[in-house]
Amino acid sequence: MGSEHGEIDVGIKVDEERCNRCGTAEEPMCVRDCPGDLMFIKDNDKAAITDNADCWDCAACVKVCPTQAITMQLPTSLVVRGVTLRGRGLRHKTTWTLRLRDGEVREYETPSTGKAPFTPNL
Amino acid sequence: MTSEVVEHNCDLLIIGGGAAGCVAAVEARERAPELDVLLLEKAHIYRSGCLAAGISALNAYLHPGETPESFLRYVVRETHGIVRDDLTLTMAAELNEQVRKVGSWGLPIPRDELGRPLKRGRASIKIFGERIKPIVAKRAEASGARILNRVNVTGLAVCEGRVVGAYGFGVRDGRFHVVRARRTLVCTGGASGLYRPSNPGGAAHRMWYSPFNTGAGLAMGIRAGAEMTSFEFRFIPLRIKDAIAPTGEIAQWLGARQINARGERYLEKYYQHLGGQRMTTQDRLHATLMEHRAGRGPCYLDLRGVEPRRLEDTVRAYLSMAPSSAMIMSDEAYYARAGGEMAPIEITGGEPHVVGGHGLSGYWVDAQRRTTLPGLWAAGDVVGGVPKKYASGAWAEAVIAVRDMIDAHHADISVGELELAEQCRAERARVFAPRAHRNGVPAIEMEERLQKVMDEYAGGISQQYGYSEGGLKLAKLHLSRLEHEQGALMADDVHSLLLCHDVIDRITVAQQLVAHMDHRKETRWRCYQERLDHPLRDDARWHVFVNSVRHPDGRIEMRERQVERAQVQVVLPPLSDGAVVRRRRNDASETNGQ
Repeated sequence: MGSEHGEIDVGIKVDEERCNRCGTAEEPMCVRDCPGDLMFIKDNDKAAITDNADCWDCAACVKVCPTQAITMQLPTSLVVRGVTLRGRGLRHKTTWTLRLRDGEVREYETPSTGKAPFTPNL
Repeated sequence: MTSEVVEHNCDLLIIGGGAAGCVAAVEARERAPELDVLLLEKAHIYRSGCLAAGISALNAYLHPGETPESFLRYVVRETHGIVRDDLTLTMAAELNEQVRKVGSWGLPIPRDELGRPLKRGRASIKIFGERIKPIVAKRAEASGARILNRVNVTGLAVCEGRVVGAYGFGVRDGRFHVVRARRTLVCTGGASGLYRPSNPGGAAHRMWYSPFNTGAGLAMGIRAGAEMTSFEFRFIPLRIKDAIAPTGEIAQWLGARQINARGERYLEKYYQHLGGQRMTTQDRLHATLMEHRAGRGPCYLDLRGVEPRRLEDTVRAYLSMAPSSAMIMSDEAYYARAGGEMAPIEITGGEPHVVGGHGLSGYWVDAQRRTTLPGLWAAGDVVGGVPKKYASGAWAEAVIAVRDMIDAHHADISVGELELAEQCRAERARVFAPRAHRNGVPAIEMEERLQKVMDEYAGGISQQYGYSEGGLKLAKLHLSRLEHEQGALMADDVHSLLLCHDVIDRITVAQQLVAHMDHRKETRWRCYQERLDHPLRDDARWHVFVNSVRHPDGRIEMRERQVERAQVQVVLPPLSDGAVVRRRRNDASETNGQ
């Protein structure tokens, strides 16, 4: 939600430089996938969340965004700010970028469809 | 009201496109391709329901050596004897086939050298489930079933006591939908948001169960007079504090033990009489609260000594099911780097839920998952009497229900047009009433009022889950006032209208819940169902199901039903008076955390 001081950077935040509303005139994918029907397209054609207080932190919007424009940050009432998460759902895996409060960036991959990798020591 | 009306006709109506609904659509189309199957979903089936974020394990599965009977023995012990054997056995018999099937649709299931799914717990397997919901949803789309997203079903169409379809509204366009169906399956999931949640204000929706699972499917059945069972068996998760992350991932996978503030393994040290490390799920929560009262809290999961590589696996697992937990866990690890050692992770109880996939509460059904309303079947988290089914059990129930629904032996229903037209008008007026008010109460205020009443008088977090007759009486009073005040709800757009119906449905579910809590005058399941005024378990009087039916005048009639035991040998856990019973090793079972 905007204010005269700019954006509040908790919850689901859309980078308007990156958001291209999925390059389609149809329904963008974050608007389609939010289980709470919370994402919408603003007058400037950029995605936004109606109310972060209604969000479940499921990250469906984060993963489905083709330009990785959506970042998730936890509510300050739960955790001191500074940890952010981005993700990208690819065909057989999802890649994640977790940024810690000191700026350290950690990359993860999770298998998502198809045959599971053989992981005897998992 | 000027809203446009859209009419649909179908053979099979599926209400709710979650785990059960999507699998039901596929099963119906595969078994009977000639059938016109319509699925209604209030969000979009790709990410709707409680599997939206994904899951990292399937907690109902029969490992080698296990049978439906052994699964039943495990469940009976967990529920202190109150369980539907017929439902549990029929569900358990389907589990592995459903897991195999969804695996063949693309769900990655890691396997051991012999090709068997990797064991995580007694009835639990590891999966890579980040995309579990889109995988089943896309299969449902491809099945040829008609999928109608963005329609919130508000009520069942009932004609001469039979369910003949449903009513709902478009959550974006505000159109009114009228569906005529030869048979209807309700599988909308359980109810969150009845109690004041663990986290405050702007973080209130960071809860265990999906905040978008509002109990709508239960509420529509209650209003139509369906018999419900065991609402008093609430499910309360033992969670990693704040993140509300499942403890099972750490407890089962990393073998982390529960410790108190003194560093003692309190389950073994102080609660051997409840079974020690092998106590029931609810007793783990109970013991954690007791530690607090004994001055030895808070309690933790002990991560000291766990290899960092394995912690990274846990972060990965959380990314696939509860991404915020991965963030909090990594943040903890950040602190740990500063301090040298991974700190134990604090655990605590969450808010109570009505959810039949974990607990006992839901529709009273027969072995074919027929509800007491002819023409209506139920599956998944809305079905009572068969706990610990989780996602794979919801799939199992969906196929059991659908096989019976497409059976040609059921008489078709002749629809009384006149009765329906009248009912349709009434439901339409009820649905859109909040849109007509220019002044009134927004949904969020009524939701907060509901949650405050339930928290304080009906055993919420602030009461450490305990309650007694006097408080329940006040809960009933305030809920009936809230029910009357529903008429003042206002919605200035169609999304607000959805929120209004969410709270209306929650109030209906809460009223039924409190009636159940009041009726069972014993304590059978500590924390889940804990009567402070009747603190002992009383098998002589209360080894029965407590059921209920709401009459059209709003009166809730309570019924008791006998527990019918299948011929399976069962060993019950000790009575809650604390008598020490040491179980034999082969009777022990593990807690199945999710």
